[in-house]
Amino acid sequence: MTTDIANNNRTTPDYNYDIVKLFVLATIFWGVVGMSVGLFIALQMAFPVLNVEPYLTFGRLRPLHTSGVIFAFGGSALFATSYYVVQRTCRVRLWSDKLSLFTFWGYQLFILMAALGYVTGVTQGKEYAEPEWYADLWLTVVWVVYLLVFMMTIFKRKEPHLYVANWFFLAFIITVAVLHLGNGLALPVDWRFGKSYSAFAGVQSAMIQWWYGHNAVGFFLTAGFLGMVYYFVPKRAERPVYSYRLSIVHFWSLIFIYIWAGPHHLHYTALPDWAQTLGMTFSIMLWMPSWGGMINGMMTLSGAWDKLRKDPVLRFMIVALAFYGMSTFEGPLMSIRAVNSLSHYTDWTIGHVHSGALGWVGFITFGCLYYLVPKLWKREEVYSLKLVNLHLWVATLGIVLYITAMWVSGIMQGLMWRSYNDLGFLNFSFVESVMAMHPFYLIRALGGLLFLSGALIMSYNFYRTIKGDVAEGEVDKDGNPRQAVNTSKNAQLQAAE
Amino acid sequence: MSENNEHNTEKEIDKLTGVETTGHEWDGLKELNNPLPRWWLWVFYACCLWAFGYFIVYPAWPVIGGATKGTSGYTQYKELRASQDEIIKLQREYLDRFEKASFEEILQDPALYAFANAGGASAFKDNCATCHGTGAQGGLGYPNLNDDDWLWGGHVDEIYTTILHGIRSGDIDGHVSQMPAFGKEKILTSHEINEVVDYVLALSGNDHKGSNDHKGSDDISMMPGQKTFKQNCASCHGADGKGDKQFGAPNLTDAIWLYGGDHHDVYKTVYNARSGVMPAWKTRLDDNTIRQLTVYLHELGGGQVDEIETDHAMEGDVAIPSVEEAAEMVAETVIDAVEPQTVEEDIPVEEIGDEQ
Amino acid sequence: MNPLKNHAFLEKHSLVLLIAIVVTVLIGGIIEIIPLFRQETVIEKVEGVRPYTPLELAGYNIYIREGCYNCHSQQIRPLRDEVARYGHYSLAAESMYDHPFQWGSKRTGPDLARVGAKYSDEWHVAHLVNPRSVVPGSIMPTYGFLLKNSAKLYDLEDHLKAQKTLGVPYSDEMAVWAVKDAKVQATDLDRIDSDGIISRYGENVNIRDFDGNPKFISEMDALIAYLQVLGTMVDFEVTKGINLDQEESEE
Ligand code: HEC
Ligand code: HEC
Ligand code: HEC
Ligand code: HEM
Ligand code: HEM
Ligand SMILES: [Ca+2]
Ligand SMILES: [Ca+2]
Ligand SMILES: [Cu+2]
Repeated sequence: MTTDIANNNRTTPDYNYDIVKLFVLATIFWGVVGMSVGLFIALQMAFPVLNVEPYLTFGRLRPLHTSGVIFAFGGSALFATSYYVVQRTCRVRLWSDKLSLFTFWGYQLFILMAALGYVTGVTQGKEYAEPEWYADLWLTVVWVVYLLVFMMTIFKRKEPHLYVANWFFLAFIITVAVLHLGNGLALPVDWRFGKSYSAFAGVQSAMIQWWYGHNAVGFFLTAGFLGMVYYFVPKRAERPVYSYRLSIVHFWSLIFIYIWAGPHHLHYTALPDWAQTLGMTFSIMLWMPSWGGMINGMMTLSGAWDKLRKDPVLRFMIVALAFYGMSTFEGPLMSIRAVNSLSHYTDWTIGHVHSGALGWVGFITFGCLYYLVPKLWKREEVYSLKLVNLHLWVATLGIVLYITAMWVSGIMQGLMWRSYNDLGFLNFSFVESVMAMHPFYLIRALGGLLFLSGALIMSYNFYRTIKGDVAEGEVDKDGNPRQAVNTSKNAQLQAAE
Repeated sequence: MSENNEHNTEKEIDKLTGVETTGHEWDGLKELNNPLPRWWLWVFYACCLWAFGYFIVYPAWPVIGGATKGTSGYTQYKELRASQDEIIKLQREYLDRFEKASFEEILQDPALYAFANAGGASAFKDNCATCHGTGAQGGLGYPNLNDDDWLWGGHVDEIYTTILHGIRSGDIDGHVSQMPAFGKEKILTSHEINEVVDYVLALSGNDHKGSNDHKGSDDISMMPGQKTFKQNCASCHGADGKGDKQFGAPNLTDAIWLYGGDHHDVYKTVYNARSGVMPAWKTRLDDNTIRQLTVYLHELGGGQVDEIETDHAMEGDVAIPSVEEAAEMVAETVIDAVEPQTVEEDIPVEEIGDEQ
Repeated sequence: MNPLKNHAFLEKHSLVLLIAIVVTVLIGGIIEIIPLFRQETVIEKVEGVRPYTPLELAGYNIYIREGCYNCHSQQIRPLRDEVARYGHYSLAAESMYDHPFQWGSKRTGPDLARVGAKYSDEWHVAHLVNPRSVVPGSIMPTYGFLLKNSAKLYDLEDHLKAQKTLGVPYSDEMAVWAVKDAKVQATDLDRIDSDGIISRYGENVNIRDFDGNPKFISEMDALIAYLQVLGTMVDFEVTKGINLDQEESEE
């Protein structure tokens, strides 16, 4: 890889890494914050005394968690990787330094506006779209600039073809814009105050919300992160992408079919039957297009599986793909109306969410960060690959605890609600199901604690990496001990730049 | 890995897999020209085929003024009725007779009685336990339904009426009597209230702490509060303080307190009057369920007084037993009537209670 | 021609690619969403559903502010256990004035679609101040501060006007009287004035002090006024004759 950089230096332009670095740091920061809030609300469900009225109640903190991990952590990761990838695969510097810097501060400001709103009770009350109209408008501005920077960079490219990762990033950016604008339509009560009413009501509001919500998953948490896969997995594995044809077919089928699947969030509601049918059938048809991404990512290692044994960073990416495959199998399953009648409203959904969120979104982000940080700060490798491995295991254990606890409790909850005794009367009251959840909420919190610990281990690893340290016993590719920065190799690297 | 900075168009063969590349390269990345995995494509087709089949059978596509209906005639409301019918079929053995039977007949017929009790116990848990407690033991302001002390009467018909229409619920047929707020409305002075409270406490045999006017007096008729009581309270609570079910005026001599039995509590009751509200259930629950609840409560409160449970209603502010006690009560009183297996299923709740 | 060959065109013309993506993702949304605005069968024609009174609307906003929807659904599915536990399944008509809908997606607590009139106001106060005082196993947060905060009523006229713009059938008169109506509804001191609010919103309005303090209109008053009307607007006794199953009625 060293030679790789050296070779590039001759011909590659002066890439804008500063903006990538900023977003990388933001990713780490928001990851820790968002997961800490997740741990806190998990504990609140086990110990309700932890609710501190009025600002720190579960109802106000839950959106803080979801926005914190999806938009702050996941969003920053998407900005960082898309800016990095688009420059390198178009072989051109990012179109505008100033505007890209604007997207950074603008986006951080948006996150702060949203977060402050939640704890003080300013919210539109729409899941994954809670920020009020002023924050929504601001995000629109930031997002348009993001699209502009991305597109202009593509226009300037030195490569004739657009690399597949960029198709995914592009689909992510433009579709999120469409979703945001459609779902966000609202009328402020008074332009001077935060409160607005959504333009839509009742059934239409529900359908539009889940058209948005489901495709936030499809385009923010899936298409965008698949963009990462298409660059960082082959890069780290130093192998070509498995199948160009699969890229094309699964890209178009994925984005076409995803949009239709929203009504699987509204099974058995007052939404008309026909729309529910569409939601269910398209979710089933979505299964293979989703797996296309997993296959293309995993099979990229074909012929080179042994790399997995040696490289914990690559392992992060491959485990992420495995979790992606698992949650995109579970998703279609849960979209079947009969299954959904049990799983809907229960912790099963939460388990599904976190196998996607922790296993897929979390792990692929960690993998990319482990790749990026040494590159950006001109280090040969992270401070300690052993710690990367530790992170991997601690976090994997955390996920396993989290999702198994939620499966068991979710299915138990669903079964308790519908349990009839022999005489045809309901067996349990609602509160009995609430009380039965307690041990599982404890296990989930433990899983969350482990996952968060992993993220803290990573943060420490990056701190030492950036500082220029190298852990004892770390070896380079050829098996020679690695040296701290300012000595030998790393110094050369820096001098070369 | 070599970097070719020209627009590569030559394809090459990947050494490890022997597959051709597409000939493009970005930042050192290449693509293999593998075909679509066969199994992937076939599963995809199969899913699509299944979906198209589904479109034909079920309502699926919006058309002007409605949607395609599908050959099965499915609607989710039909599905609901079908699954409800399963339950009705399961209950038919009892339900037909239950619907026609009078309360007396139900009480005579062990099978119907067990059926009604089971239904009542089930409905109670989700609708009533939040006020009256999981074991129907009541709480501050919410009467214990286990004891034989009934505000509005403990005959089946009376219980039925109470549940159907509620108490101060706004229902025109509901019980409505209201005790005047003697203090707030300045009917009595606080001195007079203190006296009458002492008297009431004495009636019930409680210590009348809080006032030292009449320490240890045995003869309650000598107490100054008696006169006030006769003038203001007897009309509802009776001259002897034994209450009057017509007005829902509680018996004040039985040491069973709805709103707490120390001087302070009773003072507050007389000063403000409490006027607890019991919702009307006739619009929420169907008649069968209400009749089952009636039988269930009749059984619970019937004739026996359970001293221990009565005590619960008086313990301080939160007169609700701990979860495990409640679960025990439910297990004892309710579940016998159903299936032993239900008792087992209740056990997790007890265990959880232990941990908390 | 091999369609995969043509793909190279898209890879070289990024603007076309962008447009192709937009078109591809718009199709599904359009087909699923637009008909919902046009089909008469989507919302049942039942009587009784009215816009929220100003006080109830203030309560609705507190419900959103506190994020109750994170734990509570308001949508009873047509499944036999839900109908047995919560009551008649939810109709589309019942949430047609909710901007936005409050159907929820998680039941950490029970469904609230028909919680109106299930409990007394007193119970709601006790429960919101400390859920575990009435339901020992509850994990719901405490909301005692609602008793102390005075309900924000002064700008309700603007709220009604905004909703009116969005299609909620509020009249100008309702907007003008919004603040006054809210005050009247939350207190029984002004009994004489209640004719106005009844003429505007109908008989089915709970007019009383909700939080146990008639001299003060708290956020608790507003929230309980909202909770007490949930699911009570449609009289299902009356509705029995009407076939709610739209699909069937067309046959
Ligand atoms: C909102 C709380 C609440 C709920 C829920 C509730 N009750 Fe009550 N109930 C009360 C109160 C308060 C009283 C006492 C009213 C009074 O002071 O007279 C009462 C009284 C009663 C009485 C009369 C007791 C007597 O001594 O005469 C019966 C019977 C009863 N409830 C049954 C039920 C049943 C059955 C249910 C469920 C279907 C139920 N309650 C649900 C609050 C409630
Ligand atoms: C108009 C009828 C009426 C009159 C007069 C009346 N009460 Fe009552 N009282 C009631 C009713 C009805 C209740 C049931 C509690 C409620 O308000 O919910 C009650 C309840 C009580 C209780 C609470 C019992 C408990 O279990 O906690 C006490 C104590 C009491 N009354 C004392 C008095 C005294 C002392 C007076 C006279 C100064 C009086 N009452 C006059 C109707 C009356
Ligand atoms: C942490 C999750 C949580 C939040 C947030 C929450 N609740 Fe609850 N809620 C529960 C649980 C669990 C129950 C069931 C136990 C009980 O009755 O307290 C419940 C029960 C209720 C009930 C009784 C429903 C019934 O039919 O028995 C009402 C009403 C209610 N909540 C209203 C609210 C309101 C209003 C808010 C917001 C201000 C809110 N809840 C916020 C968890 C929550
Ligand atoms: C330390 C790790 C984490 C913990 C302990 C945690 C905990 C929680 C808890 C307790 C909830 C609420 C569940 C409920 O209401 O029943 C939740 C919801 C959610 N979390 Fe996490 N979380 C963590 C990490 C993440 C990450 C990394 C993501 C995304 C990338 C994420 C995405 C979500 C989403 C989308 C929801 C909402 C789910 C829904 O509404 O169905 N979480 N989380
Ligand atoms: C083929 C792919 C997928 C399908 C068909 C699918 C399907 C579903 C279904 C049926 C639900 C439950 C809806 C409900 O009952 O409320 C759900 C919820 C959810 N899924 Fe997936 N899923 C897929 C992949 C993913 C992935 C990869 C993620 C990544 C993080 C994800 C995140 C979520 C989230 C956040 C929710 C919770 C939404 C809410 O708040 O209710 N899903 N999904
Ligand atoms: Ca949700
Ligand atoms: Ca008040
Ligand atoms: Cu979805």
